[in-house]
Amino acid sequence: MQLSEVQRLLTCDVFWGKELLGRDIKSGCASDLMSDVLAFSQSGALLLTGLVTLQTIQTAFIAEIRAIVFVRGKKPDDDVISLAKDREIPLLGTSHSMYEASGILYQKGVPSTMECPSAVGLTKGI
Amino acid sequence: MDELYSQSFTIQGRNFFDAGKASTEIKTILKQLGIDPAIVRRVAIATYEAEMNVVMYAEEAILTLEVAPEVIKIVVDDRGAGIPDIDLAMREGYSTATPEMREMGFGAGMGLPNIKKNSDELKIASAVGKGTRLEITMYIR
Repeated sequence: MQLSEVQRLLTCDVFWGKELLGRDIKSGCASDLMSDVLAFSQSGALLLTGLVTLQTIQTAFIAEIRAIVFVRGKKPDDDVISLAKDREIPLLGTSHSMYEASGILYQKGVPSTMECPSAVGLTKGI
Repeated sequence: MDELYSQSFTIQGRNFFDAGKASTEIKTILKQLGIDPAIVRRVAIATYEAEMNVVMYAEEAILTLEVAPEVIKIVVDDRGAGIPDIDLAMREGYSTATPEMREMGFGAGMGLPNIKKNSDELKIASAVGKGTRLEITMYIR
């Protein structure tokens, strides 16, 4: 799914990266715990998170996350936006909760990126 | 071993602003050396978790990257509190993190297990009150 479609479905503000909305998202993950993003996500995913820190951007870069959607109306500060620009990671924001935002994208066919040991076989989108 | 590349980085404890800079640089270097992207990602994740551990728990560390034709080695040698019980620290979910660390999205007891998961070999040695040394080995197949 293109990032522009994610923006439309979740009624997102774009904090940075309007010119990158044509980027393709392979899968999604949702977490406020960056260690779990590092442990369970795969390259090319969209990250939904309520954690608006520099470590969110660093984690996304290291884990090869294609874009970030901040949920629950969270807004990044200038330092966070500046690092995202440097790492070329688009930043969007939605007023939806993480649960709602994940549900909307999952229902539209964005599969889960997270390979959790006990959930093998349940990671395909609807 | 025939070394292709070697570089050292200094990591400062408590400096959350710069946390991740060394691993970001290492990721860029490994990409430029033409290492398999899947291996680069694993090394970057292991290194980033190690870097966050230094920032959260140690005073300072020297991180050394060595790349040879068949192997990548990362050594993180820190000066700090050390780990009293390494077996306990390796358990997923065990953590001594403060609320500040948790606010960064870390400190949930996943750091060392994540490093192990993303390494081919991991050696840990620690002395309480002195520091900890991690040796991460990744084979380039």
